Amino acid sequence: MSFNLALVPRREVSLIRQVLTPVLALVVALLIGGLIVWLMGRSPAKAFDVFLREPLTDPWALQEVLLKSTPLMLISIGLIFCFRANRWNIGAEGQFLLGGIFGGGVAIATHGLAGPWILPLMMLAGVAGGMLYAAIPAVLRNRFGISEILTSLMLVYVAELLLDYLVRGPWRDPKGFNFPQSVPFTDAAQLQPLFEGGRLHAGFALALLVVLVAILVFRRSLFGFAVKASGEAPRAANFAGFNEMRITLVVFLISGGLAGLAGMIEVSGQVGQLRPGFGQGLGFTAIIVAFLGRLSPVGAMLSSLVIAVLLIGAESAQVSLKLPFDLTRFFMGMLLLCVLAGESLNRYRLEFRKETA
Amino acid sequence: MGPERIRLSGITKAFGALKANDHVDLTLHAGEIHALLGENGAGKSTLMKILYGLLRPDSGEIRINGQRVSLPSPQAARAQGIGMVFQHFSLFEDFTALENIAIPLDGRIADAALRAEVEAKARHFGLAIALDRPVHTLSAGERQRIEILRALMQEPQVLILDEPTSVLTPDEAEALFATLDTLAGEGAGILFISHKLEEVRRLCSRATILRGGKVVAETDPRIVSAAELAALMVGEGVLDLRPAADHALGEPMLRLDGLSVAPEGVHGVALRDINLTVQAGEVVAIAGVAGNGQSELYAVISGEGGRVTSGQVRIAGQDVTRRDINARRALGAAFVPEARLGQATLPQGPLSENVILSWHATESLGRWLLDTVRTGAVARRVIERFDVRTPSADPQAAQLSGGNLQKYVVGREIERKPRLMIVDQPSWGVDARAATHIRQTLLDLAAEGAAVLVISQDLDEAMAMADRIAVMHGGHLSAARPVSALSRAEIGLLMTQGESPVRGAA
Repeated sequence: MSFNLALVPRREVSLIRQVLTPVLALVVALLIGGLIVWLMGRSPAKAFDVFLREPLTDPWALQEVLLKSTPLMLISIGLIFCFRANRWNIGAEGQFLLGGIFGGGVAIATHGLAGPWILPLMMLAGVAGGMLYAAIPAVLRNRFGISEILTSLMLVYVAELLLDYLVRGPWRDPKGFNFPQSVPFTDAAQLQPLFEGGRLHAGFALALLVVLVAILVFRRSLFGFAVKASGEAPRAANFAGFNEMRITLVVFLISGGLAGLAGMIEVSGQVGQLRPGFGQGLGFTAIIVAFLGRLSPVGAMLSSLVIAVLLIGAESAQVSLKLPFDLTRFFMGMLLLCVLAGESLNRYRLEFRKETA
Repeated sequence: MGPERIRLSGITKAFGALKANDHVDLTLHAGEIHALLGENGAGKSTLMKILYGLLRPDSGEIRINGQRVSLPSPQAARAQGIGMVFQHFSLFEDFTALENIAIPLDGRIADAALRAEVEAKARHFGLAIALDRPVHTLSAGERQRIEILRALMQEPQVLILDEPTSVLTPDEAEALFATLDTLAGEGAGILFISHKLEEVRRLCSRATILRGGKVVAETDPRIVSAAELAALMVGEGVLDLRPAADHALGEPMLRLDGLSVAPEGVHGVALRDINLTVQAGEVVAIAGVAGNGQSELYAVISGEGGRVTSGQVRIAGQDVTRRDINARRALGAAFVPEARLGQATLPQGPLSENVILSWHATESLGRWLLDTVRTGAVARRVIERFDVRTPSADPQAAQLSGGNLQKYVVGREIERKPRLMIVDQPSWGVDARAATHIRQTLLDLAAEGAAVLVISQDLDEAMAMADRIAVMHGGHLSAARPVSALSRAEIGLLMTQGESPVRGAA
């Protein structure tokens, strides 16, 4: 006699289930995280306080949360286009960096100039940089059938090295005491705070606008339908006459463009110059965000905020609790795992079977 | 009648609210060929899966040779002497026939000893097989013989065959019947599932008829007519096609001129020098055994695939060889592909959304935003006009039964008022009532002046619908000839041997 564990498909999944699943996943992940903190000899209650309560109640921290969520939102919305179409853009981090490099490049080239045209030009350059960089894996896939997963991922490292080279070489600030960084951007090249004394800039509003447009595209546009069809049933997409290669290229351009825009916003609104490591892995984190949000624009918006809270909480936890930043990484992985597990249990139910044969 | 092999009593199996089997009783005796009849969704497959250990009944008992048994797995069923030949073959394409036979035999490999046994068995039952050829080089009939031999190697007392003749030519079907007669003569009980009532009447000595999960009749099919059997299955009067009134034929809507297409992949079929004209107002059918290039022909006509090496596809007089499916739709063509789910429809998409697939390029569905009011209205009209039975107002495509989904797909294309309609396998796996409905719809469309091309493996369907028939064999298409001028035997010959040059010249 042996015991078997079987996954049996569910016929229907109620709406309540679908809404509650991510919430429940968050709770389970928090409990596991609390356990780890406890095992490390710290107080879980204090950790929750630093990680979750402070970022949401302290006005300064709340602004930081919104700032941090901005690139996550922009990048993950772009990724949703790829993932829905069953195209795997793993290289948003690289496109994010290229957006920063292109946008920052404009800021450096116009250093000393002023005018309201500089910021829009930087944005355009950022978008173009991300698009061009994302076009590489798309074209390689279309022309030669090369897996976009590998090429997009490997291009991340190329982008990191390119940034390194630029800020150590041609774009290094001559007055920067030999630090690997560019000149600080002038005010004309920096997104200004929306209100006096605050830090929040227009990038966040732009991200919300992008979310709105994405909702509309997926709900009501032919293009959104084509993306969905191409991902769910490629043969049906072919029957509809949607060009497979064009869809590949367009979803990569959208994804790269939004990541590039995020990169420009990050260097212009947050960092104020180019320097290595400004990406902070946000392009990878955005993959988690997209899946946490169940590949829907609204979901991505909400999960961007949740992850931003955790990231900000992690920064203060490092200082006040001496908890390593890796704990946050671990926790985000845990969260993703819980969401995926919840997703599976929504689709299938576990059944214990006793085999007698 | 021989001793009782199987007795099923009170078998009940529910899926949610649906009772797929509702207190089903069935007995099978040694030496008997017993037909299991019913429309799609009548519960035949469920019952067979229970008997083969793939599903467990909610209640009821199974007795084999008088002993009450439980069958938790196919292994357990095989251990009880039950063998099954599925409708969809489960063979490894790149392995040889002998290797495929060896796989399910525990502890056996494809060696000389096994070959001797298999050859003896094949000779005994008159099953001709080239044991050393990889499966992908074999025809559907040969593949089925492998499946049957594989089942026979386990010395079954009971053999279940699920629609075994659906992929066979008339000659191959005859050979199968001879094999089954031999097997039954030696004391095995055979359960024969089929849609084709004439062959059931020829072969079987008893028939159990299921409708809506219940046994509605048990009868001797040799003494009742096919019409009576059909009426029992459907539960209504017999379903006949209403022939179109005489109408004049118009201009050629589809022309294939010397069309040759390169094969796709190692298992693909190359199309060679295909010529065909379909005029407005007529129905032309392409018959043939599956896998002789029909899928490739559909794809190259619709523009969904196919690398044309020479020749032309012309729709409404225009050369569309290098143009995509939507350019062809714009010229008045509509297409119903073979796969209802995943090709003709998005499985998870509601019916209203699925309208977009074939409508977006030629009908105005909104410029910037999709007109969901319009797509909803189209879906509702199709549901109403074509009698699509749905579980809710706007269900997902995957929630519909095969027949209803096919009615929706055909209806969706007819709503576009096509001047040329191409349908690949109009009623494959669709129950009798829905099939008749679909065929009638297509005949009416032709009567209204559209050109209709039907690609069908079902010869009865082709002959019932078509004005002219052409036969596909090995990537070549015979000349289309009027149905009245062709006998079944002639078509059978074309299906198995193709068109010989001598015949073509005559």
